[in-house]
Amino acid sequence: MTRFVLGRIGFYTLIAVLLAFFTIPLLWLASAPLTSDPTYEVRVPDFTFDNFQAILEHPYALPSLYNSLLLSVGTALLVVALSALAAYALSRVRLPGRDALLYALLLLSSIITGTAAMVPLFQLAVELGLIDSQLGLILILSGGLLPAAIFMLKDFMDSTPKSYEESARVFGASPLQIVAHVVVPLVRPGLATIAVWAVANVWGNFLMPYLLLSDVEKQPAAVIMYTLYTEGGQANLRLLSTFGLLYSVPVVLMYLFVSKKYGFRFHGGIKR
Amino acid sequence: MAAIELRRLTKVYPGGVKALDALDLVIPDGEFFALLGPSGCGKTTLLRTIAGLETATGGAVVIGDRDVTSVQPGGRDIAMVFQDYALFPHMDVTDNVAYPLRIKKVAKAERHRRAGEVAARLGLERLMDRRPGQLSGGQQQRVALARVMATQAQAFLFDEPLSNLDARLRLEARTFLKKLQRELGVTTVFVTHDQAEALAMADRMAVMEAGVIRQIGTPAEVFQRPANTFVAGFIGSTPMNLLDAVVRGDTLEVAGCAVPVPDAAAGLLADGEKVVYGVRPEYNAYAPKPADGSSEGALAGKVVIVENLGASHLVTLDVNDVTVQAVVPEGSEPAVGDEGFAAPRRDRALVYRDGELVTR
Ligand SMILES: Nc1ncnc2c1ncn2[C@@H]1O[C@H](COP(=O)(O)OP(=O)(O)OP(=O)(O)O)[C@@H](O)[C@H]1O
Ligand SMILES: [Mg+2]
Repeated sequence: MTRFVLGRIGFYTLIAVLLAFFTIPLLWLASAPLTSDPTYEVRVPDFTFDNFQAILEHPYALPSLYNSLLLSVGTALLVVALSALAAYALSRVRLPGRDALLYALLLLSSIITGTAAMVPLFQLAVELGLIDSQLGLILILSGGLLPAAIFMLKDFMDSTPKSYEESARVFGASPLQIVAHVVVPLVRPGLATIAVWAVANVWGNFLMPYLLLSDVEKQPAAVIMYTLYTEGGQANLRLLSTFGLLYSVPVVLMYLFVSKKYGFRFHGGIKR
Repeated sequence: MAAIELRRLTKVYPGGVKALDALDLVIPDGEFFALLGPSGCGKTTLLRTIAGLETATGGAVVIGDRDVTSVQPGGRDIAMVFQDYALFPHMDVTDNVAYPLRIKKVAKAERHRRAGEVAARLGLERLMDRRPGQLSGGQQQRVALARVMATQAQAFLFDEPLSNLDARLRLEARTFLKKLQRELGVTTVFVTHDQAEALAMADRMAVMEAGVIRQIGTPAEVFQRPANTFVAGFIGSTPMNLLDAVVRGDTLEVAGCAVPVPDAAAGLLADGEKVVYGVRPEYNAYAPKPADGSSEGALAGKVVIVENLGASHLVTLDVNDVTVQAVVPEGSEPAVGDEGFAAPRRDRALVYRDGELVTR
C-alpha cells in the first residue's frame, strides 16, 4: 500500500516538474510584458502598459509583424495552391517511379531550405535579382515547403474515393472543374492543415529572411526580435517579452480558428 | 434515347488481365438490360468502357448512330449511377441533383427549379436541403437516380444500384426502378450479381463469364433454357441438377436409372453418346412412391437432406451415390432416410453435349 502511495507521489511529482518545465516560460511570457522592470524570473506583474507603449514606438516592431504576415500568408497560399494541384495529379495519374520521385523530393527539400544550402541559395537569389525581395523570399520558402506539403496532401487525396470524380467526369466536368467543384471541397481539412503548417513554418523562420533580406524595413518579426537589445548590449527584456507576446498571439489565434473550423487531420478519409 | 452497340469490344488492363474479350452486344433503344455474372467476370469493366471511364483496347462502342469509342465520358450523352452512388458529400440534395445542369451552364435559378421538379417526381421534396450524410441508403439511391434523370441523357448505366440497400428495401427499390424505367423509356444497362434482380427487372439479360457473354435472352429464356452448363449452374435460386448420362436408345442412363430423352433433345442424340442431363429441382417431381406403380422414368434414391425454403422444401436424394435435388411443396416433405423417387419433367429437362445445350 505504502509502495503504491509512494509510487503515485513520485509519479505526480515527475508530472509536476515536467509541466513546470513547459508552463514557466509561458507564464513568464504572459507576465513579463505587464511588469515595469522584468527579469528572468516569473513575478506577479504590476499591470503596466508602458512596455506596450514602448513597442508601439519602436520603428520596426509593428511593421515587422506585418512583414511576417505578408511572408507567411503569401507562402501558405502558394504552397496550398501548388501542392494541391501536384498532389492531385500524382495521386490520380500513374507515373513510373512516382513514389521514388516523391521520396527524393522530400529528402532534398530538407536540404534546400536548410543551413547546408545557404551559400548557393544566396548566390541564386543574387543572380536572379531576388535578393532583398519579399517575393523572392516567398518563392524560396515555398520551394522548401512544397515537397513535404505534396507528400502529405497526396496521402490525403489517395484516401478519397475516385467515384466522386468519375461521376463528375461522366456529367461532362472538365479536369479543372472537377478539382474546383469536387476535389478541393473534399480535401479541405487537408488544405487547412497544410496552410497552418506553412504559416507556422514561415512565421518562425529566422535564417532565410535574415540571409536574403538586407533592408531592415522588410524584415519579419523573427529577425527584428533579434535586434531588441539595450544600448549596453544587454537583451532588452521589456521589449523582448512584449514583442514575444505580440509575436505569438496571431499563430495561436490562427490555430484555434482553423482547428475549430476544420479540425486537423493529416490522413484523409471522408466519413461515408 | 438511343440504342447501344458494342462491336468486338476488348479491354486488357495494364498487367495483362483480359477483362473483355471481343464482345458483341446490341441493346435496342429503350430496353432495360441486365448484365449478370460471377464476381470478376468483367461486368463493371464493360459498363465503365461504355461510359468511357476505361478506354477500349480494341473494338467499338456505338451509342445511337455515333461511334463514341474515342469520345470522353462527358461527350457520350450517358449518365451513370455508381455502386456507392457518389453523391457529393459537401453539396445538399438540390446541388447534387442540379450538378449536371451546372456543368451545362444552366443558370442557377433555372437549374434549381428543374432539380426540384425531378426530385419531386421521386418523392424527395422534403429532403432538398439535406446533405447525403443525412439521408438513408434508400433516399441516397433516389437522389442518385434524380441526378441522372436531370441529365436527360440518351442512356443510363447502373453499377449494382441496389447492392447497398438492405434486403427489404431492395425489393421496393427494384419495383420502383423498373416502373421508373418504363415511364422514362431510357435505354438502361444495369450490372448486378444478384440473379433474382436480373430476372425480375430486365427486359433482356446477358450472362457473362471471364470477359465473354455466355448467353443473351429474356429472363424466361435464360431461366428455362440455359444455353450451356455454365449458365445452367449459375442461374436459379437452387442450382440445376447436372448429371452425367449415357444415351441408350430413346432413354438416358442417369445414375443407374433410366429416364426418357427430354423433348428438347428428341432425335438429336446418337446411341451410346456421353452427355450431361440437366433438370431444375423445381421441375423434378418428388414422390415417396413411383407414380403409376413402376419406377420407370424416375430417379430412385434415399433422402439425405431436407432444407426449408419457406413455401417449399429442397430435398436432396442420394441416387446410387449421385446427388439429385428436387423441390417439394410444403406439407408433403419426406423425412431423412426415406426412400423416394424424383421424376424429371420431360418438357423441362435439357441435355448438354460438351457443355452446350442440345436443341433444334
Ligand atoms: N484497374 C484494373 N486494373 C487491372 N485489372 C483490373 C482492374 N479493374 C478490374 N480488373 C480485373 O478485371 C477483371 C474484371 O473486373 P470487373 O471489376 O469488371 O469485375 P466485375 O464483374 O464487376 O466483378 P464484381 O461482381 O466483383 O464487381 C477482374 O479480373 C479484375 O481483377
Ligand atoms: Mg463490379
